[in-house]
Amino acid sequence: MTRPTAHLRPSSKPPAGRPRPLATFLTRPQVIALALVLCVNWLLFPGFFSITWQDGRLFGSLIDVLNRGAPVAILAIGMTAVIATKGVDLSVGAVMAISGAVAAVMVTSGQPAWLAVMAALAAGLVCGFWNGILVTVLQIQPIIATLVLMVAGRGLAQLVTEGTIVTFADPVLIFIGTGSVLGLPTPVFIALTLMVLATLIVRRTALGLLIEAVGVNRSAARFAGISAGLLLVLAYTFAGFCAATAGLIAAGDIRGADANNAGLWLELDAILAVVIGGTSLMGGRFSIPMSVLGAVIIQAMNTGILISGFSPEFNLVVKSGVIILILILQSPISANLLRRKPAAHTDGARR
Amino acid sequence: MPEEHATLLRATGIAKIFGSHRALDEVDFDLRAGEVHALLGENGAGKSTLIKILTGAYQPDAGRLEIDGQEVTFRDPQQAQAHGIGTVYQEVNLLPNRSVAENLFLGRQPTRWGLIRRREIEGRARDLLKTYGLDIDVRAELSTFSVAIQQIIAIARAVELSGKVLVLDEPTASLDRTEVALLFKVVRELKAKGLGIIFITHFLDQVFELSDRVTILRNGKKVATQALAGLAATDVVRMMLGKDVAFDHHLTGIDAAQRGAVRVEFVQMGRAGSVAPFSLTLHEGEVVGVAGLLGSGRTEVARLMFGVDASDGGTITVDGKPVTIRNPAQAVAAGFGFCPEDRKADGIFGDLSVRENIIIALQAKLGWFRALSHDDQVELAGRYADMLDIRAADHDMPIKLLSGGNQQKAILARWLAIDPTFLILDEPTRGIDVGAHAEIVRTINRLREEGLALFVISSELDEVVAYSNRVVVMRDRAMVAELSGAELEPDAIVSAIAGTASANPEIRT
Repeated sequence: MTRPTAHLRPSSKPPAGRPRPLATFLTRPQVIALALVLCVNWLLFPGFFSITWQDGRLFGSLIDVLNRGAPVAILAIGMTAVIATKGVDLSVGAVMAISGAVAAVMVTSGQPAWLAVMAALAAGLVCGFWNGILVTVLQIQPIIATLVLMVAGRGLAQLVTEGTIVTFADPVLIFIGTGSVLGLPTPVFIALTLMVLATLIVRRTALGLLIEAVGVNRSAARFAGISAGLLLVLAYTFAGFCAATAGLIAAGDIRGADANNAGLWLELDAILAVVIGGTSLMGGRFSIPMSVLGAVIIQAMNTGILISGFSPEFNLVVKSGVIILILILQSPISANLLRRKPAAHTDGARR
Repeated sequence: MPEEHATLLRATGIAKIFGSHRALDEVDFDLRAGEVHALLGENGAGKSTLIKILTGAYQPDAGRLEIDGQEVTFRDPQQAQAHGIGTVYQEVNLLPNRSVAENLFLGRQPTRWGLIRRREIEGRARDLLKTYGLDIDVRAELSTFSVAIQQIIAIARAVELSGKVLVLDEPTASLDRTEVALLFKVVRELKAKGLGIIFITHFLDQVFELSDRVTILRNGKKVATQALAGLAATDVVRMMLGKDVAFDHHLTGIDAAQRGAVRVEFVQMGRAGSVAPFSLTLHEGEVVGVAGLLGSGRTEVARLMFGVDASDGGTITVDGKPVTIRNPAQAVAAGFGFCPEDRKADGIFGDLSVRENIIIALQAKLGWFRALSHDDQVELAGRYADMLDIRAADHDMPIKLLSGGNQQKAILARWLAIDPTFLILDEPTRGIDVGAHAEIVRTINRLREEGLALFVISSELDEVVAYSNRVVVMRDRAMVAELSGAELEPDAIVSAIAGTASANPEIRT
C-alpha cells in the first residue's frame, strides 16, 4: 500500500485529464469545421462578421446564426444526456409543439404568463418522464419508445389547440422568443445559460460520470451499484424539459402555437448536433458544450446557404456533405491515421 | 457394441492457440459409428474450441483430422457439412418465422423452372419427420412449436445435410424432463442407424443415460477417453475437476470456534426456478468457497445475495441488523461487493479509464452529489493499483486495453475501495494468466486475514480448497452440503458434487 506510484505514470506523459485546454479545443475537428463554414460565409457575404449595437442589443449575421440555432442547441443539450445513456429521443420536436400549445392556450384564456410558462415546462417534464418510464420500466428500445410520443405528441398538441393556430400577444412569451437580455437575443441567452448550468451540474457532481458509466455498460453499471434506471428517467425528463424550453422560444418567435409545424424535424437536427459534437450514439463519453457547438455549425451552414442565394433545397446537399466530412474526421480509422504514435503506445500497454 | 464399429472421425494431436493461451493442447479424439460420445469439461476446458475445430468453424494450429481414414481439412463449416458433420446448437439455429418445411429444406429447395415446389417440400418434410416419430403440421411456423420439437427439426435437418456425424451442443439445456426423453429417443434411433453422435452437456445424469463413451477435457488437455459402463459419477467429476487435486496447501487449524463474529447472515433465500431456498452465515475473516458443476446454481446464489435477482423470500442480516436488498445499489449500500463471472459484460466499463473503473462503485455509493474530486480519484486509484499490483501504463487509458488479469484486479480494487464487509467473487481467476491467478489467490487470503467475509465461486477445486475455511456444495440448483475442517477432503467434495451417497448430505449453517 505504501509502495511508490511513480512507475504507474511515465513522466514523459503529462498527467492526463489536465492537458492544455485551449490548444486541444482549437484542434478539435468541430472547431475547425465551424471556422471553415464561417470563412465560407464571410467570402460569400463580406459583412458576415460585422456586429452592430442598436437599441440596446447586438445585431449582425453572427448573432443571427446564434439566435436561429438556439432552439436546436437547447434540444441538443437534453439530447446529449439521453444519447450518453445509449438512448435517443425522437419526441423532442413533438414536445416542442405541446409546450408551445400549452403556453399559447393558457395565455389566450387569460392565465398569467408565468403560469403559462410553468405549465409548458411541466408538460415537457411529464413527456420526458413518460419516455423514461417506457425505456426503463417497460424496457422498450429508446428509438421505439420515443417514437410513440413523436407521433402522438403532435396529436396531443392539436387537442390542446383544438386544431387551430393559436396566436397571442402576450409580452412575456414574445420576449422569450424575440426579446433581448444583456444585449443578447433571449433565445441565445437561455441556451447559453442552460448550457453552462447543465455542464456545471453534470461535471461538478458525479452525474456525468455515472451517466457515462450507464451508457458504456448498463449491466456493469447495475452491478457496480449505480441506480441505472433512475439516471435514465432523469436523462429523458431533462430532454423533455429542454424540448419544452425550445418550444416556448419557437412559439414566442412566431407569436403563436402551430401544432403541426413547431419543431418539425428538429429532433433530427438535435441528434445530428450531438453526433457532430462527438458524443457517440453508442453511449458513453459526452460533452454538452460540444453538442451546442454542433448545433451552431448546423445553423451556420443553413445561414450560409441562405445568404449565398442558392435555393434552400441545396441546403440539404451541402449540409450532408459537411456532416459526412466531420464524421469521417471523427471515425476511429482516421483517428488512427492521424495519430499513429498513440496507437502504438496502447498496444505496448496491453502486455 | 461400439467396438465392432468403424471409426468415423479421428482427430490427432489437435492444438489451438489464442494469443499466448493454449486453448487446446495435443488433444486426441475419436468417434465411432453407432456411438454416443459425451464430451465433458468445465468452462474453459476447451470443449467448444474442439467442437469448433471438428465442425470447421476454427482451423487447428496443429494436428490432423481424418474422416473414414482419409485426412481432411475444413476451411469453413460448409466443408465440414459436406464431409458429413452436422451440428445442432442449444439455441436453435433456424428461422423461427418460416414454416417447418421451409426450415428443413432451406438453401436446397427443390425447384422447377426456378420456382420453389412448395407442395413437394411439404410432402418430403412430412415423410422425413415421420421417421423421427413427429406428426406435425409442416406448414406451421417453426416458432409455434416447443423447443424440443425445434431441436428435433434441427437434428433432422443436420442429419439430412450431413448424415455421418452429429454434434449436439448442450441440446437439453432448456428442455424439461419429458422433452429430454423425446430427444433422447430420437438420438438413440440415429445411433442405431449408425451415426456417430458427439454429445455435449453439463448434466452428468444425462451423460450416463445416453452415452457409450466419454472424453473429458481439462485446461485444454485431454484427461481421458473411457467407456461409461463401469465408470462412477465420482470418477467423472474427479477427472473434470482435476485428477491430482492438490489439497496439501489447504487451511488447517481454522475451525468454527476460532472464526470471528458473524458478519452476514442469509436466511431462507431462494428464487423459484433458479435456486432452492438456502441459508448461510458468513463470519469475519472467513472465506466460504462454493463447489459445484456448471449449471448447478452457483452464480444464481451469488446473484440473489447481491440483489441482482430478487429473492422470493428470506432475510439478510448484516452485523446483526436486518437489511433489505432488492437491487445491487442496496447491496452496495450494505457494504457488499460482487466481482461477476462475465467480466466483460457485467464488470468492466471498457471505454472508461482505469481510474474511473476503480472509483465507480465508491462514487455510486456516495451518491450523485458527493463527487470524488479528480485528486481523490487519482489517489484512490493509485493506492489500490499499488496494493493489487495493477499494471497499466497510466490510469487514464481505457480499461479495455488492459489484460484480463489486470481488469479483474481493477474490479477487485473497485470493491476494496468501498471498504466492504462482504465480497462475492464469481470465478475470479477464469481466463487470466498464471501470474495474475496466483496474485488473486494471494489477495483472497490476505483479505481474509484482514477480516473480510468472502464468498468465492470457482470451478477449480484445488483453488477453492486452498483459500476456503468452509466449502458449500451446489447440485441441481440447491445447496446440498457444507464441508469444513477435516471434511474438506477430495472424496467428500467430489461425491457431494456428483450426488452419490455422501457423509454429509444435510445442509448446515
